[in-house]
Amino acid sequence: MSSSVLAKPQMRGLLAKRMRFHLVGAFIVSMGAATYYKFAVGEARKKAYADFYRNYDSMKDFEEMRKAGIFQSVK
Amino acid sequence: MTQMLSRATWSLVLRQGGLGMRGIHSPGGTAQGEGKMPPYTSYHAERSYPMPDEPFCTELSTEQRALKEKEKGSWTKLTHAEKVALYRLQFHESFAEMNRRSNEWKTVMGGVFFCFGITALLIWWQRVYVFPEKPITLTDEWKAKQLQRILDMKGNPVQGLASRWDYDKKEWKK
Repeated sequence: MSSSVLAKPQMRGLLAKRMRFHLVGAFIVSMGAATYYKFAVGEARKKAYADFYRNYDSMKDFEEMRKAGIFQSVK
Repeated sequence: MTQMLSRATWSLVLRQGGLGMRGIHSPGGTAQGEGKMPPYTSYHAERSYPMPDEPFCTELSTEQRALKEKEKGSWTKLTHAEKVALYRLQFHESFAEMNRRSNEWKTVMGGVFFCFGITALLIWWQRVYVFPEKPITLTDEWKAKQLQRILDMKGNPVQGLASRWDYDKKEWKK
């Protein structure tokens, strides 16, 4: 054991320090995750649907399905 | 009657230290530790319960008793070696010793993987000797016809399965 004096450790406010760290971190992580999801998933999905339905011809789609023979009511 | 007898023998054994001097802690060789066997006393400390009610060493030699008397006075008069000796009387291991890491994780992982292997052998045997024939719906021909039907119905045409199929070239999109 050395005879030099160690620095006095932090005695008070340990929970407060830990809480502050984790609250800030949790806020950043959750907001970051939400923002990422909104743009990577949400906006991409909205764009995909908009592109699909922009030039969608439902009758043409129906005729293709009818020719493939999947319907029972119309051949 | 037999319970009283066994209890008496047990306390006698503890007092004599007949089971390898356990129960009597003199802090001579705490550097090497107690060996692998834990003592049968009421002292148990861990990281979440670091200060038990009982001290580690309960049977003290004359010098140790004298030191405990000195402890009742002013602590500034104690030398460093005496403070360490008092600590060792009170506690089995320091925090650093108590929290030392070990190689136990290797044993645990080895056991886990070994159990995975045994399970794999059992499942293999089961597949060969127990499972019945595959149903018709799991054969390749049926699955191909099923997939064709889903594509004909244009299942999930926006982002899902049918969106990955090229209807003009009749193949999967690159």
